Amino acid sequence: MALLDVKNLGISFGGLRAVNAFDISIEKEELYGLIGPNGAGKTTVFNLLTGVYKADSGKVLLDGQDITGKKTIDISKAGIARTFQNIRLFKKLSVLDNVKVGLHNKHHYSTLEGILRLPGYRKVEKEMDEKAMELLKVFNLEHAANTDAANLPYGQQRRLEIARALATEPKLLLLDEPAAGMNPNETGELMEMIQFVRENFHMTILLIEHDMKLVSGICEKLTVLNFGEVLAQGKTADVLNDPQVITAYLGE
Amino acid sequence: MLKKMTKNTKSNLITYGIVIVAFVVMQTLISAGSISSLLEGLMVPICIYVILAVSLNLVVGILGELSLGHAGFMCVGAFSSAFFSKCMRDVITVDIVRFLLALLIGIVTAAVFGILIGIPVLRLKGDYLAIVTLAFGEIIKNLVNVLYIGKDANGFHFSTKDVMALNMEADGTVIVNGPQGITGTPKDATFLIGFILILITLFIVLNLINSRDGRAIMSIRDNRIAAESVGINVTKYKLMAFTISAALAGAAGVLYAHNLSTLTANTNNFGYNQSIMILVFVVLGGIGNIRGSIIAAVVLTLLPELLRGLDDYRMLIYAIVLIVMMLFNWAPKVIEWRERHLRFGRRKKEAVE
Repeated sequence: MALLDVKNLGISFGGLRAVNAFDISIEKEELYGLIGPNGAGKTTVFNLLTGVYKADSGKVLLDGQDITGKKTIDISKAGIARTFQNIRLFKKLSVLDNVKVGLHNKHHYSTLEGILRLPGYRKVEKEMDEKAMELLKVFNLEHAANTDAANLPYGQQRRLEIARALATEPKLLLLDEPAAGMNPNETGELMEMIQFVRENFHMTILLIEHDMKLVSGICEKLTVLNFGEVLAQGKTADVLNDPQVITAYLGE
Repeated sequence: MLKKMTKNTKSNLITYGIVIVAFVVMQTLISAGSISSLLEGLMVPICIYVILAVSLNLVVGILGELSLGHAGFMCVGAFSSAFFSKCMRDVITVDIVRFLLALLIGIVTAAVFGILIGIPVLRLKGDYLAIVTLAFGEIIKNLVNVLYIGKDANGFHFSTKDVMALNMEADGTVIVNGPQGITGTPKDATFLIGFILILITLFIVLNLINSRDGRAIMSIRDNRIAAESVGINVTKYKLMAFTISAALAGAAGVLYAHNLSTLTANTNNFGYNQSIMILVFVVLGGIGNIRGSIIAAVVLTLLPELLRGLDDYRMLIYAIVLIVMMLFNWAPKVIEWRERHLRFGRRKKEAVE
């Protein structure tokens, strides 16, 4: 059974049908790309999957569990994590603390233990520190652990966002234009990191991206959206050679 | 990582240190008799304002929401505890026991109000939240002003009209007398108690900030949407910060009520002016900067009294000091200047390490 199974998902804003009859099925540990022209509804799909918007039709199954219409925090607990197109970090918190906020629901101690600094606090905080540092190492950010997130260079901010999302131990990771604004070198590094994450965390990844080098380089399957509708779907090579996709998005 | 931990702890220790040293110095001066009675009388109010500023900073600086009703929670704490103390004055004769119970009652009542007000109000953001909390503060103050409570052999009598409407027996006593408030509260608050309460407030607020819950609260401040996306329960943590802040303001209210023999609710002590005053401490001390709040509260409480000799020029100088402090904390040029010097200092320190 597929890890993510979406059937007939749709939403309207006023008279505009932003996403219509959207179907997608992603297998475990698959690296899946969602592409399409600007305004096609790609980010809207992410917002529907994570409960930021409520779909007015359709069904979303994550690992067999129906998460349609649930709240964002419940969907996070169910196992979907995401990054944002316009980076959303906790700017005044340190890089380490950003990741530790991601660990919030996996490591518990009570408010009282926290205020009174009881042994539970020390033990769990130590675990969180170690776990967070491990994640930062994966993304080459351990040197910046104590820097405020706002002071990181752009490329590192993007990586920190992925690290924070992974900290929630998701089943499915949604990346919204992870390579936006990166130079070719940084994009290359990022591709390696995404591959690394997939292999080492056994992660299923759905990503939105305009950088065709990245998309064709690492995605196994693609879905192309155009005006809120699925234009083409299937293996990367097939989709990219589809004449409809070439006319609507890639260009001759 | 270790360095960060020690840096945080070090900064907190400095804050505790400043408070403790200030207390010891003042206490020594007081017992040596080398301080005017006017200044001595200011010690408890200073403690009250420090607690208020630190607790408001939890909402304004750490949670990032503007609340203008802080004096309202102080009012709730003050009146509930004064009511208790006055009723129990002859029943519990050990001062400290009675005061601790009153303190508990003041804190719990203020916290309950914090939750009750917080649930509907925290759906609002920014200016709207500020306006509604401002209204709450005024409503509490006005409610207290029309409240009459008396006690006789038959138990308690309530009224919102006047003393006659209480319909008490001849032996009845009025406890809360409308605009005249509560008279005859035992004067249990001392500088020592105020100092201990400041330490407890600091302990709670600083430890909260550096914990899992504190990080969740600050993540909401920095980016609400991202906080939700990693599974932070925004409503819960907003309410937590708001309630703890209200409870601490209640503690300050208890201290206030037990420092005066007559407790009334008027514009200057529990009204809009007071809430703004507390906010001024927080803003001038630096939003989110706990140590700054303490210093601003102390300086701005002392200043008008110390300048009393200058008569008419008093408020003029006070205003100038406000402006200078504001520039020092917020003007881009000054921040740049401070950073240059701070960075220099830091580099030197690192070299030594």
